[in-house]
Amino acid sequence: MSEAPARARWSRRLVLALLLAPALLWLLALIILPHVDLAVLSFRERVAPREYTPSLAQYRTFFTEPLYWHVFVRTALLSATATLITLLVAFPIAWIIAKLARGRTSALLFVVCLIPFWVSETVRTLGWMILLRESGVLPAILVHLGITAEPVELLYHDATILVGLVYTSLLFMVVPLVGSLESLDNSLIEAAYDLGARGGAILRTIVIPHAAPGITAGCIVVFMLTLGNYLTPTLLGGKNSLWFTEQIYTQFITRFNWEQGAAFGFLLLALSTAMVWLGLKLSGQRFSDVMRRV
Amino acid sequence: MIPSLPRPAWLRAATALYVGAFLLFLFLPLTVVAVFAFNDAAYPAPPWHGFTLDWFFGNEAQGRVGLFHDTELLGSIWTSCSVALWVTALSVLVGTANAFLMEREQFPGKGVLSMLMLTPLVIPGVILGISILAFASRLADFCSDTFGIEADFLRPGLPLVVLGQFSYIVAIATLTISARLKRFDRSLEDAALNLGASHAAVLWNITLPYLRPAIIGSAAIAFLMSFENFNTTLMLVGSDAPLTIMMYGRMREGATPVLNAVSLFLMTASAVLALSLMRRSKSPRET
Repeated sequence: MSEAPARARWSRRLVLALLLAPALLWLLALIILPHVDLAVLSFRERVAPREYTPSLAQYRTFFTEPLYWHVFVRTALLSATATLITLLVAFPIAWIIAKLARGRTSALLFVVCLIPFWVSETVRTLGWMILLRESGVLPAILVHLGITAEPVELLYHDATILVGLVYTSLLFMVVPLVGSLESLDNSLIEAAYDLGARGGAILRTIVIPHAAPGITAGCIVVFMLTLGNYLTPTLLGGKNSLWFTEQIYTQFITRFNWEQGAAFGFLLLALSTAMVWLGLKLSGQRFSDVMRRV
Repeated sequence: MIPSLPRPAWLRAATALYVGAFLLFLFLPLTVVAVFAFNDAAYPAPPWHGFTLDWFFGNEAQGRVGLFHDTELLGSIWTSCSVALWVTALSVLVGTANAFLMEREQFPGKGVLSMLMLTPLVIPGVILGISILAFASRLADFCSDTFGIEADFLRPGLPLVVLGQFSYIVAIATLTISARLKRFDRSLEDAALNLGASHAAVLWNITLPYLRPAIIGSAAIAFLMSFENFNTTLMLVGSDAPLTIMMYGRMREGATPVLNAVSLFLMTASAVLALSLMRRSKSPRET
């Protein structure tokens, strides 16, 4: 009679083991060990063919070579700018979807906002290239309207990179914003209005504090994706893009200098992680809640 | 502000204007891509030279290679599809297992594991790519140095691309499927067990059908994310280029409108996928 519970316990353990195996295999073989290996790579230096010594040389190069840290700082600043612009562009549309439009219009507007993001980033970038390049659509329109005498090159500027990045990021801002604005009770706004508060005050004291979790979630995700973007900066910025992911690619694939590339990768990862952590601290949210929001 | 409060006329006008400008911004790039797929000129640029279908059906004899005769491009679409199918199958399988693990099992270290499962989503794709590239190369070197075995699947190529994309797409599948499993009413399972059903029968006839919408949804998302992935793929790709990599290469060289044609093809495919998913989620049977 005592065999049945023992067998049940064994089968429970077997189920647990079978369920754990793929998860552990995934996380160990594809996430943890590769990153440990990358760390090891970044902390060594080649002294002779196939001979390496532990060293900080890769990180030293980053700080002593102005080009590298300039590109790093530039990427961080442009990403922050792109995140801010995305927030400013997305907030009104999220407000309209969540508060102003009703029923079907609201749902329709929301779906319409999502549509472009079902299409590959490559296609969207191709669209911007056709619009903005010297022989493209917008320069032709500018000449036609008599605003410029000759077609101007609108590609390969920092502003172009920003337009592309904001465009690519909008979805990741609109979705969490709509979510957090929808849960805001209209009667709070009405009460504030009846008590004499006007637009700016209501926004500052009621709307923004309430939407803070959504704003944080959107900003964290947009910053992270922008920082790690490769396609948009290189295609819209051309040789002037100077984006940090491009430096990583150059070291890893073009120059085959994996040690240097690994160090760059870690620096980018550190910046990205630091910003995520900072965002969570500032807004007092938990990581898992933020990820579920998006 | 909100409909119940008085809104001056200028604010209403500004709101309408904003929505219009926003939609223009959103759809202008996609529209020009679609329109210039039909322009009768060698480059996707104005002025308009008239309507043509050459960029879809043209062959070498006509001097213009259209999408359906561009073997390189068609090959890369096929490559993308097969990679995406592998990634989808693996992600959904492992994602479902993970969902049961996190929602049904209790074990030490569960909190750490659930945190770890989210990390792939905050690691930039380029770094996922290089770390897997470096680790796989180390393993391959180890194999060939110690055992004299050439483990080619660990060198840059499609198997690595599949693994690289899987490494973060499975995290999304896990989240989606877990969220639905969490809402499942376990008394249904208990009822079936009391009535004499085996555990396997309960899983197959009750729990999995309940999870079906989440599984289908995450499969569609996994397929789409794999098809569109660029960052991770770029680092792991070998000689067979998936579509995004192929398009990127051609865009740098200044491509012909055949790229517009393939883009339009992709847009249509995405739209069909999106619409069919939305129809599914609306039908009452699935809720």
